[in-house]
Amino acid sequence: MIVVFSLFLLSLLVVTAIAIVRSENLFSAVMLSGIFSLLMALNFFILDAADVALTEAAVGAGVSTVLLLGALALTPTEERRRKRERKVAATLVTVTMIFLAISYASFDQPRIGDPDAPVHRHVAPWYLEQTPELIDIPNVVTAVLGSFRGYDTLGEVYVVLTAGIGVLFLLSAGRPGLLPHRREPRIESSLKSHLIPHVVGRVLIPFIVLFGLYVQFHGEYGPGGGFQAGAIIAAGIILFALLEGEGAALKVLPPRVLVGLAIGGALLYLLVGVACMLLGGNFLDYSVLAADPVTGQQIGIILIELGVGLAVTGTLLSIFHAFAAREQ
Amino acid sequence: MAIVLDALSWAMLVGGALFVLIGGIGALRMPDFFTRMHASSLTDSLGPMLVLGGLALQSGWSLETVKVLAILLFLLITGPTATYALGHAASVAGLKGGTREYRASDPREPRA
Repeated sequence: MIVVFSLFLLSLLVVTAIAIVRSENLFSAVMLSGIFSLLMALNFFILDAADVALTEAAVGAGVSTVLLLGALALTPTEERRRKRERKVAATLVTVTMIFLAISYASFDQPRIGDPDAPVHRHVAPWYLEQTPELIDIPNVVTAVLGSFRGYDTLGEVYVVLTAGIGVLFLLSAGRPGLLPHRREPRIESSLKSHLIPHVVGRVLIPFIVLFGLYVQFHGEYGPGGGFQAGAIIAAGIILFALLEGEGAALKVLPPRVLVGLAIGGALLYLLVGVACMLLGGNFLDYSVLAADPVTGQQIGIILIELGVGLAVTGTLLSIFHAFAAREQ
Repeated sequence: MAIVLDALSWAMLVGGALFVLIGGIGALRMPDFFTRMHASSLTDSLGPMLVLGGLALQSGWSLETVKVLAILLFLLITGPTATYALGHAASVAGLKGGTREYRASDPREPRA
């Protein structure tokens, strides 16, 4: 049954991808890419990767759709028609070659869920065995992400921060003073005149932010963590900005604060690592943070997840406001 | 008692699936945008009500039931709102209801 369902979802993914490529209306391409992300989230969920599914749904279908729509407001909605020679032969050859290469590679792949697959025999058993002993939290994914592979996650946070800085630089190029001394938005764009979405949205926002906090601090026990929580909270605040106008959202969280959140979150992660070194351990070895090594690990993971959440929220909201500022 | 609950929950699950299916067929087969939206949005409220209600009956009095009911509440609030937003956006954008033939036969419409 689950095989039928995954095949159905995977074929829908291919259909959606082709529709995105073929669509000349950029607006429908953006909407289709949101659908693509939702389908992808379902696929991840079928593969038992609930943490990844949550991230994909929040970032892919939620925030990035809004960001793409923001970008779309700066461009025409139709793809520019240009005369292009259709290189049918070259395309066919390329696609066939890639198809053959991937098919050939897939012969060597172990069956899905095969317990003897290399990926399940490498470090995964060690993580599964040692997590209860060393860290004592139920969600092994969080243990791997936060502690065992803390370096990787640190790198990811700095990738997010760097991407955010890059977008801010690109969007404020040639317009000095966009950040942090931004001029007041001239047009107050909001949905205040649309009574029903306005009221319903206002009711939902607190619950979205509450759910984000739950995902943030429940990451040790269930699917979730800083990345997902950051995206969910950012989505809630973006909804607020859409409902009440961008100016109202900027009054609550000015650009200065957002940039501070992003940098502060990333720094918090780094400082936890440095604190471990100062206390006599290795970089990001949280065992030294408390008298009991297991408690130390838990404190360390909660702190770095907080850093991740702050950094992701700050970065996503900064990017959103940078796009929104260009629209006016 | 357990058998009655089980039968009831399965009846709700199948009924919900049927409504979602009808909504899907309606969204494909109805002649214009607003009737399509009508078909899919009504069944999108009733379908989840039956499906999630059936699931709640399956799980009995537990935390899962509370979660399922929370999801149902969320869907019942957001679904109609999304439908309203969609219909409102279409009407603001100037989309006319009815098929081309219908509009052509309507004396109030200016002839194109």
